[in-house]
Amino acid sequence: MELFAFYVFAGIAVLASLGVVSSKVPMHSVMLLIVSFGALAGLYVLLDAPFTAVTQIIVYAGAIMVLFLFVVMLLNQHKEDDPEVVPASVLKPGLRAGVLLSIMLAIEVAWGLSQLGVRPFSTEPGAVSSISSVARIGTALFTTHTFAFEVTSVLILVSMVGAVVIARREP
Amino acid sequence: MPTLNHFLILSGVLFSIGTAGVFLRRNLITILLSIEIMLNAVNITFVSVGRFKGTVDGQIITFFVMTVAAAEAAVGLALVIALFRHRETLSPDAFTSLKW
Repeated sequence: MELFAFYVFAGIAVLASLGVVSSKVPMHSVMLLIVSFGALAGLYVLLDAPFTAVTQIIVYAGAIMVLFLFVVMLLNQHKEDDPEVVPASVLKPGLRAGVLLSIMLAIEVAWGLSQLGVRPFSTEPGAVSSISSVARIGTALFTTHTFAFEVTSVLILVSMVGAVVIARREP
Repeated sequence: MPTLNHFLILSGVLFSIGTAGVFLRRNLITILLSIEIMLNAVNITFVSVGRFKGTVDGQIITFFVMTVAAAEAAVGLALVIALFRHRETLSPDAFTSLKW
């Protein structure tokens, strides 16, 4: 049953991501990415991480994608510029490098997975409940990872100021 | 019951799709969306390995990755708006003045 749910969510995520990459209309890309994020939230629930699933929906699908939608509508460019024909002198070495890179990556991933072997998740109730508890996450966030948390607040502040300064219309 | 390997393979597939999008597309907004796909593929790895090891650290790193993604999207989209105002196009090939 859980395996079936995994395949459904994984299939939706992969197909939606392919749609994001292949769609010519930016608006469709953004909408398909929201679908992909929803499927990923389902996968987080399967992984006993309900807090991450909810954060995924609220922060990613709710906040970041709205930002993207605003910009897509603001720029009002419905279609991609007509794709310039890539000259063959650039295309051939690029294709060769891409094929080489992907073969090397595939070998590396296959090697890593063969070293790992099949690893099932533990199903003891104690292990599961200690992972999915929001109180545990909060405790770890504000004790072990306090410094990173505070630095993140500075990062958000910097990016907010940076976005305002960069997007400002020059006087 | 899906195993850790299922999630790692899914993460690899999603990351490859994102990488292909970054390299193949000629639209700044789609490139930013592909970067979001790549970040999410990494998040899947973190959460599934955290689930496998039985710690919450994977979810906490995912939390930080999400905040970094939000910051990246804000600054990146501001750059896209500034560039579009400058050249009236979204093609990355139009912005080559920093290229030597």
